[in-house]
Amino acid sequence: MNSLDSPIKQTLFEKLWQRHRIATLADSLDWLYVDRHYIYEMNSNQIELLRGVGRRVRAPRRTIGVMDHMISSAPGRHGTPKWAQDYMDLMRRESGIAGIPLLDEDTPDQGIAHVSGPELGLTQPGMLVLCGDSHTSTNGAMGALAWGIGASEINTVLATQTIVQRKPKAMQVRFEGKLQPLVTAKDLILALIAAHGAAGGVGHAVEFGGSAIRSMGMDGRLTLCNMSIEFGAKWGIVGVDETTIAYASSRPYSVKGAVLDAAIKDWKTLHSDEGAVFAREIELDVSQLAPQVTWGTSPEHAMAIGETMPEPAEAAPESRKAWEDAYAYMGLKPGAPIAGVPVDHVFIGSCTNSRLEDIRDAARIVRGRKVAPGVQAWVVPGSGRVRRQAEAEGLDRILMEAGFEWREPGCSMCAGSNGDILKRGQRSMSTSNRNFVGRQGDGVRTHIGSPATAAASAIAGVIADPREFIEKEVSV
Amino acid sequence: MTQANRGIQVVRGTAAVLDRANVDTDIIISVTRVVTLKRGDYGPWALAALRLLPDGSLDPACSLNEPAARTACVLVAGENFGCGSSREHAVWALAEYGFKVVIAPSFGDIFYNNCFSNFVLPVRLTPDVNSRLMQALVRDPHIEVDLERCCITAGDFTTTFPIEPFWRQVLLKGQRMVDILLERKDEALAFETQAAAARPWLFHDPAYAGSTAKGAA
Repeated sequence: MNSLDSPIKQTLFEKLWQRHRIATLADSLDWLYVDRHYIYEMNSNQIELLRGVGRRVRAPRRTIGVMDHMISSAPGRHGTPKWAQDYMDLMRRESGIAGIPLLDEDTPDQGIAHVSGPELGLTQPGMLVLCGDSHTSTNGAMGALAWGIGASEINTVLATQTIVQRKPKAMQVRFEGKLQPLVTAKDLILALIAAHGAAGGVGHAVEFGGSAIRSMGMDGRLTLCNMSIEFGAKWGIVGVDETTIAYASSRPYSVKGAVLDAAIKDWKTLHSDEGAVFAREIELDVSQLAPQVTWGTSPEHAMAIGETMPEPAEAAPESRKAWEDAYAYMGLKPGAPIAGVPVDHVFIGSCTNSRLEDIRDAARIVRGRKVAPGVQAWVVPGSGRVRRQAEAEGLDRILMEAGFEWREPGCSMCAGSNGDILKRGQRSMSTSNRNFVGRQGDGVRTHIGSPATAAASAIAGVIADPREFIEKEVSV
Repeated sequence: MTQANRGIQVVRGTAAVLDRANVDTDIIISVTRVVTLKRGDYGPWALAALRLLPDGSLDPACSLNEPAARTACVLVAGENFGCGSSREHAVWALAEYGFKVVIAPSFGDIFYNNCFSNFVLPVRLTPDVNSRLMQALVRDPHIEVDLERCCITAGDFTTTFPIEPFWRQVLLKGQRMVDILLERKDEALAFETQAAAARPWLFHDPAYAGSTAKGAA
């Protein structure tokens, strides 16, 4: 469209924001309509609270109930703690009373909200999507306006199907260049956070673009948008292109026929206009990027896997104390290589990295190898569908023959809210999104990286560079 | 609780200083406490990862355990406070511990909204002003935060702070967002009708595979 047709160049974020604005309440606070809301066990008491004050769920079938945070990941779903069982029972009862569809434990579509929602087509391009979970930003990979909310906001959404939000500034992050083998979306987002800080995106909605994203599949884009929140941004988004349209139009719950044709016509407009102005722009050349892994207790403590851990003296003055505290907590010393640090547990899963591409990456590394003695290694697929697809490809057998546990879908050890946590002092190599103090259990030391890096570390028994495994494979 | 006394006008007392960036909501309240305790029981576990040693005793090296900090009603923290998980339990824990005001150069966006839902005042100061406030509080921990005048006083330190007028009114009056929006529900209904006509695919209601399993209507 030329400038005469459309004098105002809009970012995708602005287009979607305007589409959903019911009214401006005051200042920069807007009142927005919600297309899709996901709710999980831990927040089911909000449905009960609403009922308790005599209010109805405004549009029950626009909310989807999932079982992800508290559901057991053990084979056969054994060992559910009482607190988790109580929340799951509440979820069943309240969603039933309210008329909210529930993707329960015994249905083929059970999974993590941010895995199942996109893969089932319950999230569509152009939607406004909310969930009481900070990683709702994941859904932005489909060209949706998606963010995480608190418990009181869940109550508001259930009662009104609307939300109040201050409009953030728009930021563009461009990843340019062709990625090296075994360098993934996870490595891109960790490199961004390391370069610009865990607060780098605060107050912003981040649109990801550049040649590395245009050639990336949906699974990778979902990983990227997932960790926008670790960059401080509540929103991550990728403009709609052929990849998005092929994906969104072929989901189990995609619309069909003439409605789909009309939808696709609309989806094709869901990208930032040429020349649209962003409040901030960042460009990263990722053509030489190495796999990334964290050494400390913030996602910004990420580094290339082949390097030595940074000296606190290299940190900005205000960060030195935090770095020293992080080294003390992690039981590590600056100046030593990160590769070679022994690990006790490897976790491949979470809404960040539990999709089919992730499991393929892991299986490629471990094929024909064995998990190191003393290391406990888990794969927790993100959904029943991912699990069945992986099994159809034989990936489960490759992983189990290597000594991995092939577990039931759910959030598992990312959030630990189902009791999947480690013991004080244990070290975890994890594909999840947060290496926070105590995240995987009090006193547990978490390193985050890609599925390939986690798989390589399980085999080596120490944090390991996945590229070495593929080189060995070639030389055999 | 009446609307008047759950709101905030002027907060007077002492402040605790936590000079640390990126304090996440897992640090504020661990998931183990979130899932095993109920609302009202989180206060003793607020910031436990920083305040308490592994044996459960107070860590004397932690600034939050200084005498004036232990009864503080204001928390002054570093940048990106409340980042991470959306858990509103983080605000509940801080409020139950006794904090009515949290001051920082920036906040996790979800945490920031959650504060207003619970009548906790989040105040953004520039990094420079925030540091000067911390220095003033080291000399004397007494502080007054006045939401009517948007003003903070601590000894000879004084500053005004910006806050969206809408949120300020919500806190002063002790209003809940859901009540404000339900008053205007006809506007939302009209918007929905229009949106469904313009983009029917967004309102597609599939026969969810899971919907019949547990008898959802």
